Amino acid sequence: MEHYRSHVLICAGTGCISSGSKKVEAALREQLTQKGLDKEVKIVETGCHGFCEMGPLVIVYPEGVFYIHVQETDVADIVEEHLYKGRIVERLLYKEIGSHEGIPNYKDIDFYKKQMRIILANCGHIDPEEINDYIAIGGYEALGTALTTMNPDEVIDEVKKSGLRGRGGGGFPSGLKWGFARKTPGEKKYVICNADEGDPGAFMDRSLLEGDPHRVLEGMAICGYAIGADEGYLYVRAEYPLAIKRLRIAIKQAEELGLIGDNIFGSGFNFHLKIKEGAGAFVCGEETALMASIEGQRGVPRSRPPFPAVSGLWGKPTNINNVETFANVPQIITKGADWYASIGTEHSKGTKVFALTGRINHTGLAEVPMGITMRQIIYDIGGGIPAGKKFKAVQIGGPSGGCLPEELLDMSVDYDSLIKVGAMMGSGGLVVMDETTCMVDISKFFLSFTQAESCGKCTPCREGTKRMLEILTRITEGQGKEGDIELLEVLAKNIKTTALCGLGQTAPNPVLSTLRYFRHEYEAHIKEKCCPAGACTGLTQYNISEVCKGCGLCTKECPVVAISGEKKGLHIIDQEKCIKCGACMAKCPFKAITKG
Amino acid sequence: MKTIEDLKRLREQVQTQTRVRQESSKQIIVGMGTCGIAAGAREVMSAILDEIAKRRLEDVMVRQIGCIGVCEKEVLIDVVLPGQPRITYGRVTATDIPKIIVEHVIQGHIVKELVVGKITE
Repeated sequence: MEHYRSHVLICAGTGCISSGSKKVEAALREQLTQKGLDKEVKIVETGCHGFCEMGPLVIVYPEGVFYIHVQETDVADIVEEHLYKGRIVERLLYKEIGSHEGIPNYKDIDFYKKQMRIILANCGHIDPEEINDYIAIGGYEALGTALTTMNPDEVIDEVKKSGLRGRGGGGFPSGLKWGFARKTPGEKKYVICNADEGDPGAFMDRSLLEGDPHRVLEGMAICGYAIGADEGYLYVRAEYPLAIKRLRIAIKQAEELGLIGDNIFGSGFNFHLKIKEGAGAFVCGEETALMASIEGQRGVPRSRPPFPAVSGLWGKPTNINNVETFANVPQIITKGADWYASIGTEHSKGTKVFALTGRINHTGLAEVPMGITMRQIIYDIGGGIPAGKKFKAVQIGGPSGGCLPEELLDMSVDYDSLIKVGAMMGSGGLVVMDETTCMVDISKFFLSFTQAESCGKCTPCREGTKRMLEILTRITEGQGKEGDIELLEVLAKNIKTTALCGLGQTAPNPVLSTLRYFRHEYEAHIKEKCCPAGACTGLTQYNISEVCKGCGLCTKECPVVAISGEKKGLHIIDQEKCIKCGACMAKCPFKAITKG
Repeated sequence: MKTIEDLKRLREQVQTQTRVRQESSKQIIVGMGTCGIAAGAREVMSAILDEIAKRRLEDVMVRQIGCIGVCEKEVLIDVVLPGQPRITYGRVTATDIPKIIVEHVIQGHIVKELVVGKITE
């Protein structure tokens, strides 16, 4: 038997892999062998740590030292200095914004210190491809407890009492949903995990599946027991190959140990799991479309009722929850509903994982208790806005959500407060925007997404979003007309009330919320033909003022040779050729170039 | 696996594999400065790890430390047990390790003839 005195955790989440963590791992393995340390230092590949901005991430135990931006060339220092001699490699430590002091232990970094990691507790700390790592920290004991000491109604009561609400978007109480599926009579029932995460900028579910897959499987099995289902499906989009690979390994390992399969823990409860790879249509995240897709039919929604709890997959009673919802379940069983209900606000319990993206210093995953303010998430955890820019808005809830302005930064982040201000929790994507983002342009972006992803079954969504997108495009190109805003509002209201599925009904939300908080930007585009943020190229013009000294730097910088002028004379920009990239303005040492 | 007891047994068994990632109360610290390495700290380190593996002492954390200044007394190792002063042993060789681990780390008796210092925190 060998004793490993040190464990080196290398992040093998999708983010870190794309920034090169596999190369780091290979180099580390090679150099440890060279130094003769391979028998005493163990390399552990983990899932996402959440601090994706800083990747590739490496943590060295027993000290718990946190290294960031580790490249192949840094490996020699880590091996030679840290693993061989025990000296921390200062230059690879994370430096806090402001103080610039290196922080050795990740627990002391603001980004982690200010989070409450319950769902993500294991992500980045266990090997997701090794079931024993999960069992070592108490994995599958919740399933054991539920199967051997509780009856299905008690499990449902516990989930009801915990106040857990669906993390996929709508926020429907999970215990209630489980209860419906249990009450529907039927020999055959199904549990489905919706892992068709498709919002732009959202990667919570992906990281969870890649970093701690067993937690989700355990939650699904507990749900199966509660509602009386013996079969479960994980609907994962094919664009998540790593998540699918790790889920397959996890299911196989759990089956080998008898934790998934027949007569689990001798209780007589059988539960089998299958993976269905989705082809990547956004609409398949809608539950009825998702079930149609599993059945092998075209992924389009149908009208409800009947709800899945009554007639779901192949007409059988079915319970569908999202990845994060299931991930909450094992903890509720082990630690109890009262513990869970003590976290969060009156009607929104527990924690929520957010994916921070856009104009924010710390891109990554943050798990926070419900009821925290948006300001705390963006500034305390996310590290604020980069490059000294000013905050403008945050988009929450993906294409179905809304943009919130600075005045609302101090509101509580919970299901009901967000609905009140015209946004929604959604699955947890947070896209931060600064003063250079045009709100008309951003709502055009989200609408073009929903428009492209509209399945086309119902007219309001298929035609309505297309017309809205045409108007928005017109406005951003400087062709906006009087009455456009009002027309947008009418269309939005019609789509909201008449579209068939949730995705269609919420598609106009980005437009409505930006109209609510940033109407003046729409008006500026239409009436003054100007884009206040300077983002819409159709409405921007770069000009050179008298201040020009004729140094010629801008002519060299211009990628399309649109600037001309005599040496030491005033230069001019050919507006026909100019592509509005702004490169000249950034280069000019005399601030002679203006944008308007 | 048939019962929840089976799961708990497996859990205890596999917990040792991830022990290094949790805080441990017992520590052995090896001086790995240039002086220590020259005096044979690597051999001492290997001997410590062998002994720990042999005796399955999963709750002992092994760390390294740089030079603390008494280079002539290298190889220096420190043993830290909960609630006790930190004991520094000097001129340690690989052959001393079984004795230090058995008598001090396991039984709690300091190996007096090798001690060069004591730090009370």
